[in-house]
Amino acid sequence: MSNKAQKGDVLLDIKSLEIEGFSDEKWHEIIKGVDLTLRRGEVMGLIGESGAGKSTLGLAAMGYTQPGCRITGGSINFDGVNLAQMSDEQMRGYWGNRMTYVAQSAAASFNPAHRLIEQTTSSTIRFGIKEKAEAHKDAHVLYAALNLPDPTNIGDRYPHQVSGGQLQRVMTAMAMSPRPDLIIFDEPTTALDVTTQVEVLSSMRAIVEEFNTAAIYITHDLAVVAQMADVIKVLRYGEEVEEAATRQMLKSPKQDYTKSLWSVRALQKEEHTATDSIMSLRGIDAAYGTAKVLFDVDIDVPKGSTVAVVGESGSGKSTTARVITGLLPQSAGSVVFDGDALPERLADRTKEQKRRIQMIYQMADTAMNPRQTVRDIIGRPLEFYLGVRGKANTERVIELLEMIELNADFLERLPAELSGGQKQRICIARALAANPEFIICDEVTSALDQIVQEGILKLLLRLQSELGLTYMFITHDISTVKAIADQVVVMNEGRVVEQGSKTEVFQPPHPAYTELLLSSVPEMDPDWLTNLNAARNR
Amino acid sequence: MHPVLVTVLQRLALGLATLVAVSIIIFISIEMLPGDFGQIILGQAATKATVAAFRAELGLDMPAYLRYFDWIAGVLQGDLGTSFSGRAASGQDRSREVAELIGPRLQNTLFLAGITALISVPLALILGISTALYRNTIYDRSINAATLTTISFPEFFVAYILILFLSSLNQWLPSLANVDASTPLGERLTRIALPALTLTLVIIAHMMRMTRAAIINLLASPYIQMARLSGASRTEVIVKHALPNAWAPIATVIAFNLAYLVVGVVVVEVVFVYPGIGQLMVDAVTTRDIPVVQGCALIFAVTYILLNLTADIIGIITNPRLLHPK
Repeated sequence: MSNKAQKGDVLLDIKSLEIEGFSDEKWHEIIKGVDLTLRRGEVMGLIGESGAGKSTLGLAAMGYTQPGCRITGGSINFDGVNLAQMSDEQMRGYWGNRMTYVAQSAAASFNPAHRLIEQTTSSTIRFGIKEKAEAHKDAHVLYAALNLPDPTNIGDRYPHQVSGGQLQRVMTAMAMSPRPDLIIFDEPTTALDVTTQVEVLSSMRAIVEEFNTAAIYITHDLAVVAQMADVIKVLRYGEEVEEAATRQMLKSPKQDYTKSLWSVRALQKEEHTATDSIMSLRGIDAAYGTAKVLFDVDIDVPKGSTVAVVGESGSGKSTTARVITGLLPQSAGSVVFDGDALPERLADRTKEQKRRIQMIYQMADTAMNPRQTVRDIIGRPLEFYLGVRGKANTERVIELLEMIELNADFLERLPAELSGGQKQRICIARALAANPEFIICDEVTSALDQIVQEGILKLLLRLQSELGLTYMFITHDISTVKAIADQVVVMNEGRVVEQGSKTEVFQPPHPAYTELLLSSVPEMDPDWLTNLNAARNR
Repeated sequence: MHPVLVTVLQRLALGLATLVAVSIIIFISIEMLPGDFGQIILGQAATKATVAAFRAELGLDMPAYLRYFDWIAGVLQGDLGTSFSGRAASGQDRSREVAELIGPRLQNTLFLAGITALISVPLALILGISTALYRNTIYDRSINAATLTTISFPEFFVAYILILFLSSLNQWLPSLANVDASTPLGERLTRIALPALTLTLVIIAHMMRMTRAAIINLLASPYIQMARLSGASRTEVIVKHALPNAWAPIATVIAFNLAYLVVGVVVVEVVFVYPGIGQLMVDAVTTRDIPVVQGCALIFAVTYILLNLTADIIGIITNPRLLHPK
């Protein structure tokens, strides 16, 4: 940029910033007096759980507030001017010029109507930083630097014609195109699979280093921020918890809250030794229409244990669950439950067969009828499967609520009056209401914050030891697997790559795909990404 | 073959199937009109023999399905049949071809519809885009209020108010729109000024509000926030980022209103004594002139199907997911 100053000069200086948001008919404080100082060429990681205000703060660093939000106090000094006092019109000279933004969902953040190259270079051309031809040429260079395939032609495609990981990299190229002083990365890899995430992270880090750009990296994933940031700031309820250089923060966090964030990853389950199988899949093939998605899948689930099925999106893990529950009849093979082959179609199964297998879903929000109270949600399977009605029904619902560490106060609540973790607990209680023996948990913690995740995982483990339940745990998150599994099944492209006890699967040597998957899971070590890339390039 | 072409051909085939179904419905509903056509047309005084002769001349003595196929076979060859009025049974054969009756009327209707569309569609788009751009301002509110007012009044009321102010109190424009084949173009345009203005006022609110709503609906999308954060101006955000994704719903509403201009303007035609197809059809229904009614109904159906087909195709070609498949 025109006035590229020395590395180390203060670029952004936010002082006691206050932001309010409008909801439920009144204004609420979202950011409660946060200070933030960012130097040129420095990358700051902003971490916190949902609702901590990290995205609001990140956008405020650009002087932008989302519709329904307002800045009520403090200052945002960007290279000598106070953005908090500027109009949108004045700010427009900065946006897309000296500061750019990389959004979480690249798929939703690209305009479906325009080609990628036009979107990549639009601000660069608008602000006269480069002529069109030159900007396009530069975009090709950026695409190449970000390891995109066919860098000279990929820009001619439309957003829907490239993959999610590629889009995220194109968006980074778009952010880099005007050579800004500051880039805000807002959870840019959260929606990606781990193996893709590694590649995107590496290319983002390399390009930020190459152009010595200052960046704010927003995420809830500590291991990711450890790879990207020089400095980490922890936020909670719109306030700063602490800030320190990355290595120091990882080694010795000062505040209890930070420590609790760090400790979640330490949850580890004692391995339960396998006994007889309660559920066996034998040579399952399945297809959606003509597209075959499962190929000869064999899985054994020992009674009273947890089998984690891991894999990336499209690996067929959720399809496996659909076959077991009878929602998608298999085209070949059999599902044997407790010695008997289950009918392929749900409609052909007896009530008793249905009762013994229950399911918990990823999005607790959409898995509950928003107009039913907790009493109805949990009471319905009690009545349907076990014929428990009236007072006995209510009593049993309360018992179940206590089992999931809630109480009778929740009986009359609607799903909208519950927090994310409480909603998932209600879904667990609903599954338990049928007195099942086998529960399929489909990504049940992936929509939750880490601390809430830990609570849910601990609850599931306790219920397992008390009730002797068997879990099939579908997840893409390796730390969840470590926390809860006895047995692990690795799936890729509709096939089982490897299966065995947790110790066996996590111990080398691995099949190639397991190796790729396991090595792609970010670790809390700041040198992890550097070492990994060095190892992979060797 | 390009998938868009395939879709368009599929839609065309579907449109044709719809047309066949509509023709059957038209035929059956006319069959179900009460009373005997011959008796009604000739009057109570007619003798049985006259009625029978008349029925035989019209072909009404044949079974219904034969008459249907006869009609369709004619239509396929471009022959809409012969009007029932002035047939030989009334003493002297003065009857006319349906096509000959409908032709000039249809031209008039299309002329009025075309001029109205030329005024109202661009105007509605400009108003829709500008109200989206300056939403919740005085400008936005007054445009909304004004268009809502004009759509809320019945069209004859709007027509008479316009006549009162523009034709009666000030003699600026003619209140009668009676044109014929010999009227020169300039004269024709002056005469239809008031009906065109009336129709514009009636249909503009719908199109303008849909344009505004379709654009505003998109303004909450993440890619609009992204466009703003890359420094795009208000106008750029609306015109370059929202509008290209809003064409499908806008085209549907425009097609709907254009169809209305062809098939639904009989009230305006009556008020301004404009010789359009709407009046022709109403007259034909009252005199039980079945071939004319069937011909008009078929033309209306074709208009609807063609315009909606066009809207569908616009929706397809403005959707990059369909236009540029993976």
